[in-house]
Amino acid sequence: MKNRNWYEKKNVSGSEAVILSLLAEKTELLFGYVGGAIMPVYDALYDYIDNLNHILTRHEQGSVHAAQAYARASGKTGVCFATSGPGATNLITGLADALMDSTPIVCITGQVNSKFLGSDAFQETDIISVSAPVTKWNFQVTSAKEIPEAISKAFYIAKNGRPGPVLIDITKDAQQELFDFEYKSTDFIRTYLPFPVKNDLLISDAVNVINNSKKPLIIAGHGVLISDASKELADFVEKANIPVATTLLGMSAMPADHPLYFGMVGMHGNYGPNINTNNADVIIAIGMRFDDRITSNPQKYASQAKIIHIEIDKSEINKNIKADYPLCGDAKEIIQEMLKNVKFKERAQWIRSFRDCYDIEFEKVINNQTKPYSGAIHMAEVINTISEITKGEALIVTDVGQNQMFAARYYQFNKPNSFISSGGLGTMGFGLPASIGAKLGAPERDVILIVGDGGLQMTIQEFATIVQNNLNIKIVLLNNEFLGMVRQWQEMFFQRRYSYTEMSNPNFTAIASAYGIESKKITQRDELADGINLMLKSNNCFFLEVQVGKELNVLPMIPAGESVSNILLTYEN
Amino acid sequence: MKTKEYTISVFTENAPGLLLRVTTVFTRRKLNIESITASESEIKGIHRYTIVLFTTDEMADIIVNQLEKQIEVYKAFKHTNEELVYQEIALYKIRAKSISQADYTEDIVRKFSAKVLSITNDYIVIEKTGYPEETKELYGSLQKYEILEFVRSGRVAITKPMKSLEEHLNEKENIYKSK
Repeated sequence: MKNRNWYEKKNVSGSEAVILSLLAEKTELLFGYVGGAIMPVYDALYDYIDNLNHILTRHEQGSVHAAQAYARASGKTGVCFATSGPGATNLITGLADALMDSTPIVCITGQVNSKFLGSDAFQETDIISVSAPVTKWNFQVTSAKEIPEAISKAFYIAKNGRPGPVLIDITKDAQQELFDFEYKSTDFIRTYLPFPVKNDLLISDAVNVINNSKKPLIIAGHGVLISDASKELADFVEKANIPVATTLLGMSAMPADHPLYFGMVGMHGNYGPNINTNNADVIIAIGMRFDDRITSNPQKYASQAKIIHIEIDKSEINKNIKADYPLCGDAKEIIQEMLKNVKFKERAQWIRSFRDCYDIEFEKVINNQTKPYSGAIHMAEVINTISEITKGEALIVTDVGQNQMFAARYYQFNKPNSFISSGGLGTMGFGLPASIGAKLGAPERDVILIVGDGGLQMTIQEFATIVQNNLNIKIVLLNNEFLGMVRQWQEMFFQRRYSYTEMSNPNFTAIASAYGIESKKITQRDELADGINLMLKSNNCFFLEVQVGKELNVLPMIPAGESVSNILLTYEN
Repeated sequence: MKTKEYTISVFTENAPGLLLRVTTVFTRRKLNIESITASESEIKGIHRYTIVLFTTDEMADIIVNQLEKQIEVYKAFKHTNEELVYQEIALYKIRAKSISQADYTEDIVRKFSAKVLSITNDYIVIEKTGYPEETKELYGSLQKYEILEFVRSGRVAITKPMKSLEEHLNEKENIYKSK
């Protein structure tokens, strides 16, 4: 079926039109789970097996998280199919996650026959209303002829401007109806202007402020990666000589060994950038939204600094932190524009203050955590060892919680787009299915999943998807037999009342083996490096369980609601 | 934070499901909508919501941005009462027996510039268009009779600034074309 024209075909069913529309959008791969109301689409898919690769996950939540990570790893739009009712509602967590983390996905759900809409038919849910608050756009199709335009708009909306999730709900009769298919790509929607106009005057004002600043700090967010502006960011940082930190999702936008990169801001971020947020005279926030995990207490956040906020989504400007220079637009374009006139300035003392802070943090936290010589294995040393062995080249996927924070803090990212994690929504169970999407989206890269024992058990059924598709994913389970992050909060803020955070776990390596995944469990420090090497040398999926300390704490920490200056380096109960 | 009355005008495509997206912007922030009306605007196919609420100026700005973030919303505006010409309509159904015995029916209708819409043996329907205070005041005057039903519409409002919606829309289209 080479060189087929996907744009026109006479007398096709709505279902075939769905497939043809996806092919017209150059979709090569999608995720999904079949069920009654989407069966006609799956039947049409059967004729296009050579053109469109479909991955059957073991739960709809798995398919939507995989689609998200596929989008983030490949830069394309992720696609997933689900049936009506429970199939559709199982997508909700992934949609909410994708909306928070600006991920372009198009979800197509089957719906009951349009005659039965509103009758509480079998597997009927009003998914348009249910998904409205967690989608960038959604639309219900009740007639086949609406399909090409709906899908074309869906792709345009998902990908352009600030990316996000879109859901198209198609009734079964629309899937079965015949019509003459014709596809036109969308390039304009009269109500939606994805690219705000650059305000050149304001940009040049902002550049003047930067050029005159003594203590500027750049905070680079996910937007830098989405707009593929890592190189421009590094050029800007070097040309102007400004220290830079990233947000959790901005991780890997700067190479870890860059002399002006000082780590992560936020609740478990690095000491220097957090403390210096409240010492800076100018904050240049690029493609980030001042989430409360970054600002902690917005009233006590950088009130001394002029804020330059570069952001494509106008509604994020002045939402959490007031911007003195709101630069609404694409990060790459604006950085390029600013690069023209930004000037080098010596800021030796300011830059040294970040190094001094790092030295303090290294002595009080990093060294103890990454190189403990006694006691149980530390999560930080596992990440640190993986980072050293892989030379910071791997694509790291994480679940949510302590595993995620240690991965972000201690993996020394060398390449952009190397960190896929659920940031805004904090979805436990994201990791395993996301690793599937990441591997399929970037097959040439080594994909390593860092996951905890809690999150793994939320979506553990996706082991089967990995095996069925023979995916070479490295899974590192940091097992502390606790819901570690919640336990840490219970220790610090709830007088160590460990209410339902301790877990009695199954034999994980036996489960992996039962699925046909090679596995190994590490309990001793001196086995760690060998275990990681064994995992990395395997040509197949490998499951490495590491028994880590039960009551480890992620530090530093800004207690919720405190000023970023009140960051704790140590904690003694 | 001082709250005051704001009127939010939202211009949208006539798309099903959009009412939910518009109201969710308010409800998820636990903002109570005082009144809401929707109708077609001066441009064919473009609908106009008029929403009244009490809130702070900062929140009104956030609301406008969040509304404009919705794909099928063209444009949203916030206005204070001074920037608007606005009206509401109220209908009062009075038991005929109770009011016809009174001498003041004519006085009341004249005084309030109200209209009698319908008279039957059982009831009289009076209409009053005006500010909420005026329709409330008439309600007060009619209370001595037997009010069988009372209904008041949401606010409809026209803005005083002269820039038309069409100009705003053309701006958008020109930006697109210049890309």
